Amino acid sequence: MKKKMIDFILGHYAYWFTIIIMCIGLYGILFKRNLIKKTIGLTIFQSSIVLFYVSIASKWDATVTVLDENIPIENVSNYLNPLPHTLMLTAIVVGVAILGASYALLINIYNRYGTLDEQELLDKIS
Amino acid sequence: MDLSLVPLLAILVSLAAVVPIMLSSRNPNVREFWTILTAVIKFGLVLSLLPGALEGRSVAIHLVDLAPGIPLGLNADPMGVYFALIASGLWILTSFYSIGYMRGADEKKQTRYFSYFAVCLSATIGIAFSSNLITFIFFYEILTLATYPLVIHNENREAINAGRKYLAFTLTAGLLLIAASALVYHYTGSLDFTPGGLFTETDLPPTTLLIIFILFLGGVGVKAGIMPLHSWLPAAMAAPTPVSALLHAVAVVKSGVFAVIRVVGFVIGTGVMAEYNLNDILIVLSGLTIIIASLIAFAQDNLKRRLAYSTVGHLSYIVLAVALLTPTGMTGGIMHIAAHATMKITLFFCAGAIYVNLHRTEISELNGISKVMPWTMGAFAVGSLGLAGVPPINGFFSKWNIIMGSLDGDMLIPALILIFSGLLNAGYFFPILYRAYFKKGEGLEHHKEASPFMVVPIVITAALSLLFGLFPNLFFNFFDLATQISTTLFNVTTP
Amino acid sequence: MMESQIPALIALTLALFAIIVPAFGLKNENYAQPLAVIGAGVASLFSLVGLINFLNSGEAIRYSFGGWTVPVGVEFLYDGIAAFFVLVINSVAFFVLIYSLHVSEKDLSGRKAAYYALTMLMMLGFNGIVLTGDLFTLFVFLEISSLASYGLLAIGDKPAPYSAYRYLIIGTIGGSLYLLGIGFLYTVTGTLNIIDMSGMLPQLFENNAVFGAIILMVVGIAVKAALFPMHGWLPDAYTFSTSSSTALIAPIGTKIGAYTLFRIVFWLFGLDIVNFFAPVTYTLGLLACIGILYGSIMAIAQTEFKKMLAYSSVSQIGYIIMGLSLANPWGFAGALLHVLNHSVMKAALFMVSGYLRMKEGHSDIRHFNDTYRKKYPWMMAFFTLAAISMVGLPPLAGFFSKWYLALGSVNNSNWLFLTVILTSTLLNAVYFFRILERVYMKNPDQAGDTNGEIAVQEYTLDPTPASVLIPTGILAIGLLVIGLTNAIIVGFILNIAPFG
Repeated sequence: MKKKMIDFILGHYAYWFTIIIMCIGLYGILFKRNLIKKTIGLTIFQSSIVLFYVSIASKWDATVTVLDENIPIENVSNYLNPLPHTLMLTAIVVGVAILGASYALLINIYNRYGTLDEQELLDKIS
Repeated sequence: MDLSLVPLLAILVSLAAVVPIMLSSRNPNVREFWTILTAVIKFGLVLSLLPGALEGRSVAIHLVDLAPGIPLGLNADPMGVYFALIASGLWILTSFYSIGYMRGADEKKQTRYFSYFAVCLSATIGIAFSSNLITFIFFYEILTLATYPLVIHNENREAINAGRKYLAFTLTAGLLLIAASALVYHYTGSLDFTPGGLFTETDLPPTTLLIIFILFLGGVGVKAGIMPLHSWLPAAMAAPTPVSALLHAVAVVKSGVFAVIRVVGFVIGTGVMAEYNLNDILIVLSGLTIIIASLIAFAQDNLKRRLAYSTVGHLSYIVLAVALLTPTGMTGGIMHIAAHATMKITLFFCAGAIYVNLHRTEISELNGISKVMPWTMGAFAVGSLGLAGVPPINGFFSKWNIIMGSLDGDMLIPALILIFSGLLNAGYFFPILYRAYFKKGEGLEHHKEASPFMVVPIVITAALSLLFGLFPNLFFNFFDLATQISTTLFNVTTP
Repeated sequence: MMESQIPALIALTLALFAIIVPAFGLKNENYAQPLAVIGAGVASLFSLVGLINFLNSGEAIRYSFGGWTVPVGVEFLYDGIAAFFVLVINSVAFFVLIYSLHVSEKDLSGRKAAYYALTMLMMLGFNGIVLTGDLFTLFVFLEISSLASYGLLAIGDKPAPYSAYRYLIIGTIGGSLYLLGIGFLYTVTGTLNIIDMSGMLPQLFENNAVFGAIILMVVGIAVKAALFPMHGWLPDAYTFSTSSSTALIAPIGTKIGAYTLFRIVFWLFGLDIVNFFAPVTYTLGLLACIGILYGSIMAIAQTEFKKMLAYSSVSQIGYIIMGLSLANPWGFAGALLHVLNHSVMKAALFMVSGYLRMKEGHSDIRHFNDTYRKKYPWMMAFFTLAAISMVGLPPLAGFFSKWYLALGSVNNSNWLFLTVILTSTLLNAVYFFRILERVYMKNPDQAGDTNGEIAVQEYTLDPTPASVLIPTGILAIGLLVIGLTNAIIVGFILNIAPFG
């Protein structure tokens, strides 16, 4: 029983890393008062999902999806699944765009209120 | 069932009149001309349906679908024609009276007043001619909305509060009606008003039927003023008197009573009502309402409020008559719709005339006014005697039928309630007459009778009350029509 | 042949205009708004043609991009519900964009090119979400529309960037959860195409990953739909942003979230799978009930007109989700009809509020008075129509969506939902009639002389520009038309309902 448990934990280590990173990101979003730190938390949160996708594409004894002369193209199992990677390229671009948008907003907030501390902001708004 | 545009035209004519009324707002005479013209046309249209209705035929028209399979359907059956005839006929008189009242009292925003009045009448006729519950709700809610600006007409604190109360009650009622209709549709698959009811072939658990009935009761009971859902009505007396007269004695409250008849006779069905003893609920509630409302009326010094409580009581006469589930009682109840309409409108007209002429609203201020307003007070006497059930005024006739109906059904208590309530009616109306005729008044020297615009309608309605009492079939064969309706309702269920 | 290109044409039109608008707008910023109007107009024209075409043929269009067929390529799926939503959002956007000509002058001058480019991008995102037949493309379009709407909502009052930032944080988390959800689904099915995947899911009934995916996707999308309790971003974002942004986003934005929920619950998973592990749709319905009541009560508590409308949006989205939760044809019809009704009503209401803000400089309900009726007679008439429709009284459109929802609740014997629907009508009546009272009546509490006559306030009839009056009027009168012709619309909706 105990062994099974350990196997389960070790066998899914990639997922555990994903979850840990995700939690770090959520922690940043929820508990940091500085809006820049919040944004960093958001980025970490998104990265965890990117890592999750990359991890589901991985296989043992496989290489990146660039045609290698030593590995015939019929040997599909020797290539990684390319689709999650391409999807994540798009997701990363989306993430960068969100980061850009949030920094633009933060600059605006700072110009208007002179602070990026959430508590101070809430006090000034209400 | 014949196809005809007449019911639709009868509804649209007053709706269309809103446009010329609004456009001629700077020229009151032209504006009032439109109102009167529309009222006469409307009455003529409804009247043209009467011969067919007397033979038990009905004409119908189906417009756009309001929901898949449920049309915006109009069906001028005898019951609808009967109600439409009363409402549109009295609208002509009220229009004349409104002119005298609104100008006499120098009211503001008269264009708004006349416009919404026309809309109200459209909705009332729509209620009368609705062929299914959705169409009915459709017009019922329009009536609620269109009456609201009339209730708050004075725009003072009292009127606004009355308006809020009015909306709170009537909107809630509309919701209960929607819930009830949804249930009916779910269980029967139909929402058409059918003589004998929709539930004839379904086998429902009694509790479900009870819930449906109570939802309906909440939905229609508000406008019908069944206690404890009546309290908006006295509050709504903040409206100008013609509104109280036509809407809160005839159109709005009678649509509530009309709805009770529709629900009992055409949706649930008299047979089912009796089978599940649902009518007992109605009898108890309406009986209590009759007694309590009459007792409260005693305590009112404001004339219009006393009339309002009297209205609450008399509406329950009709509900009680319907709940008896006997043909004679039903005939009496339907007759009382017309009887109470003519009598109560007379009384409200009088109250308005006294207010405009003497600026008096309290009963204690009415000493000796019969000297200056003999015609008005004469009419008031006819109306109040009629409500107390004194022959030969029409109130006696309908009440007699209701009492006979209750005896037909071997029910003694409703008959006793009615007789007792007649005494109470006399008790709260006769002091008014006593003051007006036998006490010496003060400060009346420079006053004369009210303007003819007001007095003529008053005298006409009083005369109508008297004439219908003597000859129930005189003009429109009201009695035959009422008998016709109640037989259709009971023939279906007792084959 | 033209007909089968419709889905792509709609999206490409908006993409094209997202480029044209700044290209010309940067030269002369007065070109920006008319171009955006034309863009939305062409898109709604295509949507209309597409819907008519769908009605004639009765067949969904599956448009594969670049000739790559499913499951390799990406496709647009133009079926009944997509045709319906596309038409609703594009035509409402068309009217709102016309309206935006003068209203946000103060906030927008000098930035119009960018602003209208963003509106086009946002519409592209919304249309893409509705049209796409691919879960990942849906995510991309979701983020495109969200990014554009963060930008649009950040323009406005002083706190606007902060409320937009909060929306950004919450919205991005929602989007990421959705992305994680489709990752789960991808691992078990190996496809991202909705139709393809829905064919495989029945074999994966008991797979935990599917359940995880359902929860993640539903929660992620519910954030965008502002379903209670994930609505926190909405009231502030709508209140502080500039009037034309609110009028554009409020009617459409949350509906897209609702659409996505419909798509994944009914077309991707199917009710059986969604409710296999836990009663997901019923939970959504309960949340919707709480949201309806909460939104209405909060709306009553507001004194700021725009914020009141924003809370009312929270409540109204509950109706739509409730229709989803009922999962029967009547509930579905009520929900979709309410999508249409609420888009039109909310657009009209926000247009009125925006115009009042422009003219009066505020939209504080406590300062409304009866001069408004004389100053803006038409706007107030349109407001009255929309308000009565919100309350749900016949013959206006709002009544009928309520009726179908009530019918749906009765069909399921769900008395809780029925009670909530009916109660919320009363609550709506409270906060709308409160304003009507102020606008149409003298306020007896205001200072006046002893006769109760109030000193006549100075007013002149306001020359309302046609660009404000006509769109608002068309939407408000449209409510009457929708109400009277709802049987046709509902007939169509019942045809496309995904129930045997």
